[in-house]
Amino acid sequence: MKTRINDFIVRFANVNGTGSASANYLFAKTIFRMGIPVTPKNIFPSNIQGLPTWYEVRVSEKGYLGRREGIDLMISVNPQSMAKDVQSVKPGGYFIYDSTKKLNPDYERADIHYLGIPMMEMATKAFEDPRKRQLLKNIIYVGALVRLLDMDQQTIRELISEQFEGKKALIEANFQALTLGMEFVEKNYDFPLSFRLEKRNLLENKILVDGNTACGLGAVYGGATLMAWYPITPSTSVAEAFESFCEKYRRDEDGKNKYAFIQAEDELAAMGMVIGANWNGARAFTATSGPGVSLMSEFLGLGYFAEVPAVLIDVQRAGPSTGMPTRTQQSDLLAAGYASHGDTKHILLFPASPKECFELTAEAFDLAEQLQTPVFVMTDLDLGMNDHVSDPFEWEKERKYQRGKVLTTEDLENIGKYGRYLDSDGDGIPYRTYPGTHPTKGAFFTRGTSKDEYAAYTEDGAAYKRNMDRLTLKWNTAKTLVPNALIQHSDTSSSLGILYFGTSTFSSEEARDILSEEGIQVDSLRLKAFPFGKEVEDFVESHRVIFVIEQNRDAQMRKMIVMELNCHPQKLVPILNYDGMPITADAIKSQIVSYLNTESNPNHELSKATV
Amino acid sequence: MSYLKPLFSHPKLPKNKLGYTLKEYEGSLSTLCAGCGHDSISAAIVRACFELSIEPHLVAKISGIGCSSKTPTYFLGNSHGFNSVHGRMPSVATGANMANKELVYFGVSGDGDSASIGMGQFVHVIRRNLNIVYVVMNNGCYGLTKGQDSATADRGSKNKSGSVNPFEAIDLASMAIELGASFVAQSFSGDKQQLIPLLKAAIQHPGFAFINVISPCVTFNNNPGSTKSYDYVREHIEATSALDFVPVKKEIRVNYAEGASAEVGLHDGSKIHLNKLSMDWDPEDRISVVNALQNAKVKEEILTGLLYVNTDWKDLSRTLNITDSPLNRLKESDLCPGTEELQHINEGFR
Repeated sequence: MKTRINDFIVRFANVNGTGSASANYLFAKTIFRMGIPVTPKNIFPSNIQGLPTWYEVRVSEKGYLGRREGIDLMISVNPQSMAKDVQSVKPGGYFIYDSTKKLNPDYERADIHYLGIPMMEMATKAFEDPRKRQLLKNIIYVGALVRLLDMDQQTIRELISEQFEGKKALIEANFQALTLGMEFVEKNYDFPLSFRLEKRNLLENKILVDGNTACGLGAVYGGATLMAWYPITPSTSVAEAFESFCEKYRRDEDGKNKYAFIQAEDELAAMGMVIGANWNGARAFTATSGPGVSLMSEFLGLGYFAEVPAVLIDVQRAGPSTGMPTRTQQSDLLAAGYASHGDTKHILLFPASPKECFELTAEAFDLAEQLQTPVFVMTDLDLGMNDHVSDPFEWEKERKYQRGKVLTTEDLENIGKYGRYLDSDGDGIPYRTYPGTHPTKGAFFTRGTSKDEYAAYTEDGAAYKRNMDRLTLKWNTAKTLVPNALIQHSDTSSSLGILYFGTSTFSSEEARDILSEEGIQVDSLRLKAFPFGKEVEDFVESHRVIFVIEQNRDAQMRKMIVMELNCHPQKLVPILNYDGMPITADAIKSQIVSYLNTESNPNHELSKATV
Repeated sequence: MSYLKPLFSHPKLPKNKLGYTLKEYEGSLSTLCAGCGHDSISAAIVRACFELSIEPHLVAKISGIGCSSKTPTYFLGNSHGFNSVHGRMPSVATGANMANKELVYFGVSGDGDSASIGMGQFVHVIRRNLNIVYVVMNNGCYGLTKGQDSATADRGSKNKSGSVNPFEAIDLASMAIELGASFVAQSFSGDKQQLIPLLKAAIQHPGFAFINVISPCVTFNNNPGSTKSYDYVREHIEATSALDFVPVKKEIRVNYAEGASAEVGLHDGSKIHLNKLSMDWDPEDRISVVNALQNAKVKEEILTGLLYVNTDWKDLSRTLNITDSPLNRLKESDLCPGTEELQHINEGFR
């Protein structure tokens, strides 16, 4: 059998709350340290203890970081899900299980290999403390994998030593468990397997981190001084990251905080605090998910109409309603882009990697203040809560915050009558003043009601219309300020395009390569922001068919393109995935191929049937 | 619509320590109904700020939605104001206060805004002891939508169309005390003598200062049978005390009522003098205050005055241990850990 190097998928089936997460992470991190591209994904329940949880690790020498179907190796330590887990292994694949208990004959398949390891028995024999037994049982199976997959021993030992730095007894116990697993394989099985790891140097300089940590760090670098939030999966770890980075980097000489961190009573209040702080000249943000966006809509409309900056990180999960709180989706696009009643629209940014989570979160504060309006960072559970191989974070030396048009005391001294909503520069963006700037000039009344150029309440239709039209002008200015889409042309000129954004990126790019290998050339465009810039308009205009790849049922991005770019809906073909799992390259490729086949072989079945 | 007031003012108008006349503290002309209690409250706020010599531009006025929430346009025209969304003033004020703890914050709300749609935020802003003067202009009805009963309308109170409110009223002052508000007062829009010193004390109080002001709605809730009408309130009002607020150094003490005198010191050195009318009540003892309020309720009295004060509790910015400089003044050098530190952070993810 041919040996496959650095190209396979391992899935761990565990019970949540049993300490498996850190053992599984150790496995993935070891591969990362071996210089091999790796994509771990946690598939977990909305529950704290006792339900099935999976951890899926894709290893890809070619550097494909999207999810792929087909499990080569299953480590099954959860009897609850075992029946399903056995079935999910690819023919020819391997099934590792805890053979302390005999395998149920129902679970036997002729087309896969079984590797029994009496993990519980070994742990019970080796360790006294019951909690330790449970935790180290996990390390025993990692030890077995060291041998079966040829993992680098020194690397994994280093990682264990780093993790338990200063706790010698724990390090020893983990080493012991690791060795137990390795020795068991040595004595009982042929190793390594037909697919295995080999050290590479493909990840020089890269980091392994989750998107929520990156967003939290981006907010610290971006100068956020208030975070107001309400706990909701999968966004909570943004708040945790922001707080922990602040504890480290935002203390003054007296130990006082150069930030405020408030867990609000609900999402409405969280957004209200963000609006209040931004109104008063501080950079403030919140992080939430779909249900929170619904609740924040009222304030988002106020932010748009009263022109108050705000930053909202939306870590999307599967909706509608409570939906699947621990599954991923890109399904808040319409809810976010057009949040709130009346003619309202908002700026959206679409990061695709932890590095972009960091960058775009920091940039969101600049854009929000430059454009005096709410800005969304649209990430999702997959990006937010899973570790991703990413380029390192970067920050330009001496970078200044773009605080937008804010008048100082001197400015106010030197201008005539101040008009908060007066468009003096012709770009739709008026000048703000912070409260307390000048004793007699620059005060105004911020309101969600209609107003004239001088912020005075008015019900005059003409003044209302002037204001709405200025907001449209500002929206057009936004198109020139938001990050451009990234466009890649295929080697041969193509009339086909694929369009994608956020976490659909990795699989879309992999699908593009697969299609190309099969002779189908497509140009590609990765959106980084809404509103769409000129380059997006041109791309849509210049291609005959554009496959719009996204992770929701209703092809929301396709709808937004139709609405905003006034193009023919038929040229935009939806390529969708909405089962709550990250989209795969195979799913994209097969939908595109099937569309192209149908297009070139028009279906005559209907006429046949009528004969 | 708002009218602009004439800029002319009498040269002999009295000036305060800052050299300002009352004029500098006024706002636009009110568009509320003639005789509206809310306008008297606005006038009292103007007077309190003038007398305390507060820089008008160092005040922020934040409100929700409703007749009451319109009033910030009618006082302190040189202050920034924010007429936010219905029932959400407390959160906006919280954010604003976190951004700059040095301003004086007025949160202006009504009974619909605070006791119904905004009850959630009202409760939580109290818990956090935000440093703000929170004024509820309480008229027992929804004025701007033409007179529906609000949650503070008393059971049995009759509205203009003659229907009798069958539901129990929410007593905001009692609730604020139960929830741990550090300053709770109750007053009547028609009692300037009491309201102005209460406002002055509230401004000076370093924490959440709640003033529930009964403010009759002349158009929709001033009819016979309404317990929020001018006549009813005047007949049933029971002042707990006559009080005067004494700023640091300058002591004016007014003793115009019998009874023992109490003095509450604030941390900045100013003092509140209370001339107690009710002997079994101590404004620094929550239990006695709750008792007094319950007793008044049984007797169908509206207890007014400073009901409760506690100057020891930390306000939110102290609880969060926020740095001395207002957060909105911090610069890149204060906030950004920098390029080199980012290399170390990256290293931690390898």
